[in-house]
Amino acid sequence: MAVLNEEQSMLRDAAKSWTQEKSPVTAFRKMRDSGVEIGYDAQAWNEMAEMGWAGVIIPEEYGGSAFGYLSIGLILEEMGRNLTASPLIASGVGAASALVLGGSDAQKSEWLPKIADGSVVGALAVDEGAHHAPEKVALAATKSGTGYSLSGAKSFVIEGLAANLLVVSARTSGTPGDKDGITLFLVPADAKGVSRKRLALADSRGAANITFDKVEVGADAVLGAVDKGWDVLEKTLDRVRAALAAEMLGAANQAFETTLDYLKVRVQFGQVIGSFQALQHRAAKMFTDLELARSAVEAALQAIDADSPDVPELVSLSKAKMGDVFHLVSNEMVQMHGGIGMTDAHDAGFYLKRARAAEAAFGSQSYHRDRYARINGY
Amino acid sequence: MADFGGGDPEAFRKEVREWVDANFPAELKGRPNPMMREERAKPSEAQEAWRKAVGAKGWGTPTWPSQYGGGGLGTAEARIIQQEFGRAGAYNPIGGMGVMMFGPTLLEYGTEDQKLEHIPPICRGDVQWCQGFSEPGAGSDLAALQTRAEDKGDHFLINGQKIWTSGAQYADWCFCLVRTDTSKKHEGISFVLFTMHQPGVEVRPIKLIAGSSPFCETFFTDVRADKKNLVGPLNGGWTIAKRLLQHERGGLSGAGGGGMGGRSLVDLAREYVGVDAQGRIADPDLRTRVVQHEIEGRSFQQTALRAMLESKGNSGPSAATSIMKNAGTSWMQLRHELTLEIMGHQGLGWEGDAFKPEELGAVRGWLGGKAFTIYGGSQEVQSNIISKRILGLPDLTQHN
Ligand SMILES: Cc1cc2nc3c(=O)[nH]c(=O)nc-3n(C[C@H](O)[C@H](O)[C@H](O)COP(=O)(O)OP(=O)(O)OC[C@H]3O[C@@H](n4cnc5c(N)ncnc54)[C@H](O)[C@@H]3O)c2cc1C
Ligand SMILES: Cc1cc2nc3c(=O)[nH]c(=O)nc-3n(C[C@H](O)[C@H](O)[C@H](O)COP(=O)(O)OP(=O)(O)OC[C@H]3O[C@@H](n4cnc5c(N)ncnc54)[C@H](O)[C@@H]3O)c2cc1C
Repeated sequence: MAVLNEEQSMLRDAAKSWTQEKSPVTAFRKMRDSGVEIGYDAQAWNEMAEMGWAGVIIPEEYGGSAFGYLSIGLILEEMGRNLTASPLIASGVGAASALVLGGSDAQKSEWLPKIADGSVVGALAVDEGAHHAPEKVALAATKSGTGYSLSGAKSFVIEGLAANLLVVSARTSGTPGDKDGITLFLVPADAKGVSRKRLALADSRGAANITFDKVEVGADAVLGAVDKGWDVLEKTLDRVRAALAAEMLGAANQAFETTLDYLKVRVQFGQVIGSFQALQHRAAKMFTDLELARSAVEAALQAIDADSPDVPELVSLSKAKMGDVFHLVSNEMVQMHGGIGMTDAHDAGFYLKRARAAEAAFGSQSYHRDRYARINGY
Repeated sequence: MADFGGGDPEAFRKEVREWVDANFPAELKGRPNPMMREERAKPSEAQEAWRKAVGAKGWGTPTWPSQYGGGGLGTAEARIIQQEFGRAGAYNPIGGMGVMMFGPTLLEYGTEDQKLEHIPPICRGDVQWCQGFSEPGAGSDLAALQTRAEDKGDHFLINGQKIWTSGAQYADWCFCLVRTDTSKKHEGISFVLFTMHQPGVEVRPIKLIAGSSPFCETFFTDVRADKKNLVGPLNGGWTIAKRLLQHERGGLSGAGGGGMGGRSLVDLAREYVGVDAQGRIADPDLRTRVVQHEIEGRSFQQTALRAMLESKGNSGPSAATSIMKNAGTSWMQLRHELTLEIMGHQGLGWEGDAFKPEELGAVRGWLGGKAFTIYGGSQEVQSNIISKRILGLPDLTQHN
């Protein structure tokens, strides 16, 4: 665990006790069983917003606390442990970062205070296929009067069903695959021509496919510069990836600890199964990997807070490493629980499903390994 | 120890630089450290002069107390010495097991007389030590050792066999684990010191897969260790041995995150495998494994840094330190494997001028590196320690 300041310790303690009390895994199970379409408990989200969590990276002048990314990472880690579902990453990190990094004063004043108090939920509408590929933007924005008309489709938009505000990447010139020619737009989700289809995913979290049919927006909907949206988009995505890695770190640690507890109580062959070396050495390997992953995740968040030039490579490093480790630990959780781990009544399946969904989101291990190599010139 | 005690680091740097310029023999510039060679030749006059000069300053062991011949300096000053040696193309001629493991252990557990007798020659590089721990029947289960020490009043008489004793053929002294009570296992072991230059000591070098013979079978027949050279209490040697092994492991894992020197895998791959039109390593399968290895190395370094910061902060020493040996040694071994693979057939040369020194070094390094996960507590024994001490899982083998 990184060395924390007083603020950060308080935030982490608050997150720990709130998630354990108000949002343990049983709450996630209840949410899933209820079939609530947005994929999270709106009441719980209100409480998080009241505690100021949605504004942790938002400047104070816009209603946030500006505690930074390591701080929000601490909250997300605790949420990850308990599989707490919420739009904190999509809105409090994704939409908020895009606005902070690229928004005009007017856009920031209009949206950031509402994101900070939780009354607006933002989401990033970026990908258009089953694999993360943020430069492959085909959704077209064409000039229309003084503004633009957007047509095309976005897929697997995280919290896309709950969102009131969509940050949409659109093509204003060039062809899919070009980083140039991408423009970001702020589009209210209830704008005419926007239609959303809920996606039921294995991890039971909120996601939607969204189509844009001649959606008219004004010139003031452009976030940042026309054709030059890539820079803000990539920086925003790196913040989301680092935050997601923090959530994954918490989830993977909890998956490991739950498994370790089971190894200490389950008796077979007259002894606890944790006395079998075949399991002990796999546990030691997981522990080692979790420590390395923690270092990588914390280093990425700290680099963002320091606005360091190596943010892109440290983020890709952390998402790749964390993805590998969560993958391993979630598989072992099921395996080491034997038959009980296969049952829906046990939590192991939740962690397994969440692992794969989080691995795929905003770039899988192979995406980030490739990106890490390219950044380093090979 | 306070760094600089309020003094000026730049003044100290200047002092070191001038001293190195005045004392480091030009003919040794950029030459490898003879201490690092597995098989030692008779040192040249210049090598001897450099060793004596550094030894007299105590700068080969800069952080050890000056009353025992160390430099009496802080870690920041030690770093400056290291940097200035590096700048001048000079090596630290003071090393070996005395510096790495035995000295730090004796400073902690030795009596004043023992420290005054044994530490200064280590600091001067006058005396080389070897580690008499492992036996044919006592490897990972070190406490099963059987070499006997009989009490003869003012001395012990030692009989038995050690094995895998690194550098025994060059060593002047041995720090040795012996059995002084056969009725108990761990509580019947004592830690004694004796000179290797006495009748009854026989060393037989063993050739390794890498072709050299850096270690030996060592036989003791009526070998004598004076009572004053018993370290710690009689039958209390196990605690001291465990501490010494921690120093050994620390030294091993420290090298993990990139401390291997040499060119990066990416550089090597560019040369031996080539790149595609986009500048990527041309073999995509290899490229993936190289990236994975780079990422692993970076996260290892980040963990070492985090452990250091955490031990300074209030959170106390981190559990992270205990995993470093396994993570670091696996990483180094994989680096050797990848180096070989990248060089292809050029990386398999055994000797001869068809191969560059770097290529011949790769194959020897690869073979020698297999020992990293065996000595200092094997990979499996480390995993046992993690699962027992950190994870609290039951211990079926009892002692590790
Ligand atoms: C989908 C499914 C269908 C099944 N169908 C049937 C069926 O039709 N009929 C039937 O009788 N049973 C059935 N089973 C039960 C199945 O045989 C058991 O789940 C299996 O024997 C494992 O036992 P367990 O679940 O109690 O796990 P445990 O034995 O408690 O094992 C837990 C973990 O400990 C490990 N472990 C246990 N002992 C050791 C050891 N000595 N050394 C190292 N590791 C060890 C296991 O490998 C596992 O990873 C089914 C199970 C499933 C999941
Ligand atoms: C290059 C080199 C230099 C060395 N230098 C020295 C030296 O200077 N002085 C000295 O005293 N010794 C030295 N050693 C010896 C070293 O400490 C031992 O090799 C080591 O302790 C392992 O003992 P062993 O070789 O008897 O293997 P064993 O203990 O027989 O182990 C064989 C295999 O079994 C595994 N194993 C053993 N116990 C367990 C267990 N409980 N659980 C799971 N797996 C287990 C091991 O991990 C290993 O894979 C050196 C060794 C090497 C390779």
